[in-house]
Amino acid sequence: MSDNHHILTARDITKKFGGITALDHVTIDVHKGKVNVVVGENGAGKSTLMKILSGVYPEYGGDLFVNGEKVNFSNPKEAMQKGIAIIHQELNLVPYLSVAANIFLGREIVNAMGMLDFKKMNGLTRSLLQRLDCDISPTTLVSDLRVGQQQQVEIAKALLEEAKVVIMDEPTSAITDSEVENLFKVIATLKKQGVSILYISHKLDELFKIADRFIGLRDGKMVGTIEDADRATKDDLIRLMVGRDLKNLYVKEESPIGEEVLRVEGISLPKDRTKSGFLVKDVSFSVRKGEVLGIFGLMGAGRTELLETLFGLHPKLMTGKIYIDGEEVKIKSVMDAVNLGMGLVPEDRKEDGLVLQMQVSKNISMASIDQTVKNGFLNDRLESKLAKSYMADLKIKASSEKQRSGNLSGGNQQKVVLSKWLATTPRILFLDEPTRGIDVNAKNEIYHLINDLAKKGLGVLVVSSELPEIMAISDRILVMGESRITGVFNQKEASEDAIMNAAIS
Amino acid sequence: MSIKNTLLKFQSIIALLVMCIVLTIMSDKFLTPENGWNIMRQISVNVCISVGMTLVILTRGIDLSVGSILAFSGAVAAGLLKYGVAMPSLNIYVGFTVLGALLAGLAVGGGLGLFNGWMITRFKVPPFVATLAMLTIARGATMLWTGGFPITGLGEDFAFIGTGWFLGIPMPVWITAIVVAIAVVVTKKTKFGRYVYAIGGNESAARLSGLNISKIKVWVYALAGILAAVGGIILTSRLDSAQPNAGFSYELDSIAAVVIGGTSLSGGRGSIMGTVQGALIIGVLNSGLVLLNVSPFWQQIIKGFVILVAVIMDRVNHPNED
Repeated sequence: MSDNHHILTARDITKKFGGITALDHVTIDVHKGKVNVVVGENGAGKSTLMKILSGVYPEYGGDLFVNGEKVNFSNPKEAMQKGIAIIHQELNLVPYLSVAANIFLGREIVNAMGMLDFKKMNGLTRSLLQRLDCDISPTTLVSDLRVGQQQQVEIAKALLEEAKVVIMDEPTSAITDSEVENLFKVIATLKKQGVSILYISHKLDELFKIADRFIGLRDGKMVGTIEDADRATKDDLIRLMVGRDLKNLYVKEESPIGEEVLRVEGISLPKDRTKSGFLVKDVSFSVRKGEVLGIFGLMGAGRTELLETLFGLHPKLMTGKIYIDGEEVKIKSVMDAVNLGMGLVPEDRKEDGLVLQMQVSKNISMASIDQTVKNGFLNDRLESKLAKSYMADLKIKASSEKQRSGNLSGGNQQKVVLSKWLATTPRILFLDEPTRGIDVNAKNEIYHLINDLAKKGLGVLVVSSELPEIMAISDRILVMGESRITGVFNQKEASEDAIMNAAIS
Repeated sequence: MSIKNTLLKFQSIIALLVMCIVLTIMSDKFLTPENGWNIMRQISVNVCISVGMTLVILTRGIDLSVGSILAFSGAVAAGLLKYGVAMPSLNIYVGFTVLGALLAGLAVGGGLGLFNGWMITRFKVPPFVATLAMLTIARGATMLWTGGFPITGLGEDFAFIGTGWFLGIPMPVWITAIVVAIAVVVTKKTKFGRYVYAIGGNESAARLSGLNISKIKVWVYALAGILAAVGGIILTSRLDSAQPNAGFSYELDSIAAVVIGGTSLSGGRGSIMGTVQGALIIGVLNSGLVLLNVSPFWQQIIKGFVILVAVIMDRVNHPNED
């Protein structure tokens, strides 16, 4: 590989996490001096690929080439030395140090006395920021900067290292519209200076403004490129992103749909007390007994926040009305939600779902511990019995109900979280990305479980960013984008293109 | 491998036995009934405090105020017992029985602990800071209450608590044993105990399971305060004197006992019996070093290293915790 136009090439990259293949023989080229945009659904493998390119993940199959030279990064610093810098979604700056101190962190300039040479560092910082046309003083504390400005500091930091390729992972997800405009100016400036950009985003409108070419990833595979971004249409891009097939894996069984169990009206969740922005805005919908309502949206669309709000996690900030069985209810805390028959299987089961060091049985009884209490004391026998019955029902693979939950596989852990809620005999179940990070077979089992629960008359809300999944398991699909509902589809009339269109509009 | 695991599991008991054997060989005064009861009596105050500290640390908290709370509750009990409450302007004088004074002391401890818990849950003050503030507040209150002088001459009935014997066993040991027994049952067999472990193990998961985190934490700090008061009453009774500077730096001995006993400072893992073993190790070590005429300065250095070794062993046992 010694093509002058390809500053960075990844060939046959494969990456597995446990049993799950995140990237499957992906080959991409980064063209010199261009904005190369990687598009794909959540979970398509974009971030994993970027982490390999920038040395965050040193172990993978396949080869990387920089300017035709084969490289093997064992850490981000080595990638940096070869001119590859990554600007992460989460910025990595020290808040209480100045801009210049952050840019020179780890490579400070010292004078003959061994003291920090502030004058020199501030001067260099100023010229770096000028290169980016940024009006930030080198002595300002990073904590006093807006997020968009902090991002520019990160980019300046990359320039100090003479980055040839700057990777940007969803750079616009946390910044305001005017800051986005600024960022695009910076990107244009960088391009003029011959720096190549590898850009990840799924906000289509902005992509058309800056992209020179598109690279499509789907299910960890490279599915194609569009070399001339100016001539691409929105439909072309959507075609690159969607098109996975799950139908032969799982077929939903019809379940009788009964009366309404949950209805919400005008639910809003402001970002903070100033109500300047919203995480959830004016959401209304209803779920009936036996119905699976899918909520689709890309990252940051407000799906998780919606579930959290309904589950009593933001009682002070939320507005709107919630009805259960037709009666208005006030949910002031998670306890209220649980007492009203709600359950939430959170997105991150390790952080929010399980006490990993506790036994399976103790996690299962966590939300309904009263049924294992006898004469005022916890009863081991009752607890084991409860746990065993769910372990059998949900086919949880564990050496016994006393096994530490942290030692189970992802799929089995997820089933333990599900069991915890089933043990409360809920009427409404919220599932947030229930199959994230678990293998195909376990996914399939979870789908069947969801179906079974609906058949038993539960109202089930499933949040997912996997399009085929949401289409396969839902009776109806609610699409969220930018904190609002942007579309509602019945399963029969839903198409991938239509849903994706609603999600990104 | 399994032998190694067994050794690791019983490391504190093994350490304790080894220490006892070595001390028995090196000093003929070590393995005597008097010395045994002495050690037990001496550690009883630390065990009472440390039981509360264990609960706090299991929730991933810390309580630096136990030493000061111990002093204040002991002083309140002693003062009320000796002087009662007099309000001359209203012509009121309230005398206190021993039981009344005890209950008042416990109530003071519980109240201060409650205040700690309230600060931590309602105002999100980090436990370290909230209890550090209480450390000086309660110490200052003790000085105010006592005027800086010991309150002594508390009577035989009161002295029985700290110095009496019942069925051939010293009273402090009885009290401590009862405290420990209740604490073991509470941590292992009640909802409250389960929730304490769950909160320390993963507070977010516990909250999302509908647990009332604040209520449980407030209770935990209140209990720590009550148990510090129990220690304060035992100490005051044993000395027949409420010293204004009583319990100074006891929080450190208590944290040491908890840590040596294998409770994780990151919460969710540990046990009451572990803490009892930790306190025993400290007690036996103290007693042994005194019997061997080791200088008090060296004693402190040795104790410090014992804490380090215990924690390093714990790391070996649980390598995957942060």
